[in-house]
Amino acid sequence: MVSRLVAGNSAVIIGAMYAGCDCFFGYPITPASEILHEASQYFPLAGRKFLQAESEEAAINMVYGAASSGHRVLAASSGPGISLKQEGISYLAGAELPCVIVDVCRAGPGLGNIGPEQSDYNQIVKGGGHGNYNTIVLAPNSVQEMCDLTRKAFDLAFAYRNPAVVLADGVLGHIVEPLRFPAQAVEPKIDTTWAVSGNRETKGNVITSIYLNFDELERHNVRLQRKYARIRENETAYEEYKTDDARIVLVSYGISSRIARSAVDQARREGIKAGLFRPITLFPFPEKGLMLPAARNCTFISVEMSNGQMQDDIRLATGCGRVELVNRYGGNLIRVEDLMEKIREIA
Amino acid sequence: MAGTTRVLGGHPGLYGEYSRKGGIAITATHYCAGCGHGILHKLIAEAMVALGVQDRCILLSPVGCAVFAYYYVDCGHVQAAHGRAQAVATGISRAEDGAIVLSYQGDGDLASIGLNETIQAANRGEKIAVFFVNNTVYGMTGGQMAPTTLIGEATITSPGGRDPVQSGFPIHMCELLDTLRAPVYIERVSLSDVPHIHRARHAVRRALEIQRDGKGYAFVEVLSPCPTALRMDALAMEQFINEKMEKEFPLKLFRDRSKDTEPIHRPRSDYSKDTLDRIFGCTEETLRAEAFEDTAFETKGIKIAGFGGQGVLSMGLALAQCAYDSRRYVSWYPDYGPEQRGGTSNCSVVISGSPIGSPVVDHPDVLVAFNRPSLVKFAPTVAKGGLIICDSLVGDYAVPEGIRAIAVPATEIATEMGVPQAINVVMLGALMEVGGLGLPGEAYSGALFEVFARRPELLSLNRKLLEKGAKAARESRTT
Repeated sequence: MVSRLVAGNSAVIIGAMYAGCDCFFGYPITPASEILHEASQYFPLAGRKFLQAESEEAAINMVYGAASSGHRVLAASSGPGISLKQEGISYLAGAELPCVIVDVCRAGPGLGNIGPEQSDYNQIVKGGGHGNYNTIVLAPNSVQEMCDLTRKAFDLAFAYRNPAVVLADGVLGHIVEPLRFPAQAVEPKIDTTWAVSGNRETKGNVITSIYLNFDELERHNVRLQRKYARIRENETAYEEYKTDDARIVLVSYGISSRIARSAVDQARREGIKAGLFRPITLFPFPEKGLMLPAARNCTFISVEMSNGQMQDDIRLATGCGRVELVNRYGGNLIRVEDLMEKIREIA
Repeated sequence: MAGTTRVLGGHPGLYGEYSRKGGIAITATHYCAGCGHGILHKLIAEAMVALGVQDRCILLSPVGCAVFAYYYVDCGHVQAAHGRAQAVATGISRAEDGAIVLSYQGDGDLASIGLNETIQAANRGEKIAVFFVNNTVYGMTGGQMAPTTLIGEATITSPGGRDPVQSGFPIHMCELLDTLRAPVYIERVSLSDVPHIHRARHAVRRALEIQRDGKGYAFVEVLSPCPTALRMDALAMEQFINEKMEKEFPLKLFRDRSKDTEPIHRPRSDYSKDTLDRIFGCTEETLRAEAFEDTAFETKGIKIAGFGGQGVLSMGLALAQCAYDSRRYVSWYPDYGPEQRGGTSNCSVVISGSPIGSPVVDHPDVLVAFNRPSLVKFAPTVAKGGLIICDSLVGDYAVPEGIRAIAVPATEIATEMGVPQAINVVMLGALMEVGGLGLPGEAYSGALFEVFARRPELLSLNRKLLEKGAKAARESRTT
């Protein structure tokens, strides 16, 4: 296999274009702007459509439009921009439109700063806009996965007719690592059974999320919930590292999981049986995968750059009272030594 | 309702029965008696059919009473959020060049919550026809004041009549958009009575012709009756539009530049792998064999820090490229911090014989400090037994115990060579010589080519700087 050094945000555009993404609509925001920059450079070279929108809201609604016509479309933003997009994401979910949204999370709340955080967990993993809906959420932890999971997000979005989010962070956006380029390029086909593309085959189709009749809207909601249940059943993904005999299981995603992995290695060198459980899908959350270590009475540590947002999900999944939290805020990364302190305390 | 049925039924641009609406009266609309929507729906339907573009048409249903336009008009339909229709229309139009996109919006939608989307879409000259239904009131939500409500006009939220001191003045969309260069067609028409409807029919058709010809943005403002929200009978409604609304919103063809406008063609998407490989430069020359597991190769963390503009980040990238070319696992991470926008910058490079966990270097094995603030900040974090390489200009500094330090006159060398901006290449040479990173020397000069300059004349200069840095580091005494 051959590869090249690439930055995380660039890898998103590479992944998207090999996945047959046709349109990009964006608005500048640090630390996601390089995705916009790369799209402006590369999309037109292959006749793909790039447009810098006037606002985050306009950008996500352009996504809604292009997705309505059956095309593969990408948007990227960060915390404050994602907050603005939530209206559009709710409409996309309600109208069952496939698209991919990348969130390169920064530190909040409010304007916060441009350093990395994982505090968008709740607003991404729990829906985020109005109504009962979920997006499919994939959490890369390397430049390779920034590319690969963007590709996978398109496949899942179209398989389930649902928005899919790639939830990254400021470190993953800017880190440079080797990237194996995709071996295949997707040539997408418009699904005429639902798309509205301005032709005879699709003239009878409607894209909408309004159901005035209460019972009809209830049926629509039930159908959506069944779809999410199918996604839970079939698409959960996670990675385990040295968890087989672990007494302490670190649960972590994104850049924090890389730091947690280093802490596991350090703990093992000190003779402490620690392991890492890394959710790759955050919705669906890998509940079943966590049940095995929970059954062994392991102690869990949620390692996240947020205020225990994922810790809540670990508690729910494991039914376990002993879920510790090691976290940082404000753009600061968790340090291996912070983790070691907690690991040694528990061991 | 019988009257409404007659007005809307029996045209090939409309469905024969409104099965999406359902209910008993399957050929009656859900609109109130005297509403303008039914008339405008029919004008659009007529134009679609007359121009032979029905299959290509996508009608955007707004939020408001016309949200159910898809019950009636026989074409493709997309429903949009309040105010966002023209952004949605932009998305469709950009993705589907052959589609004829019609945005149908009321005054609250288009001129209040969606004003930005309206102006921006118009200013880009998007290939969309916009039908702006101005009835001076929020109809579906219950008769609240709209941006177009007349001065003194009473609504639910302006019970004493619109007071400009409190709520400003009616907004004139045609006049506003007429200040922009891009729109091709702007006209204000009325649906108050039959003669007015004839003129409106003409305007609707022009807007669709411009879309058929792919020429750009067409905007038709339609003064329209809402007898329910305005609490008027048919006669009062007609008088209100003809006398009061027209006075505030004069009927006018603001512009028709279609004759002088060339069609806009969007390119076709190219999905081939060959094209992608070419534009991303996936050539033999740029791609490398991947890293291999080598547990004998110890993990090294390097921190490089200095002022912004000294080439700190690109030196880190060159080192990363060098490690990568040597088939080692590697990561490069530029640190954030409040100083990112000027002042100092730093980056972490991790080089390893196995897959890398944390890409962040808290305790560097090697610190390369370009200036004194970086040295003072990071020297205490260097791992025991670690190495500091700094510029000679940093001055005296008490190095922590157990740490080696080497001062290199990098600024001096780069200045002497006439390239003061190339301090980083000199430092890279020093790192190559004394860093103990276990990477072959030729990889460093190869990385120079990759990261700094593909121009041969610069490459030979950079090689000289690299050698001078190495020599200086060799000769430098340990401080």
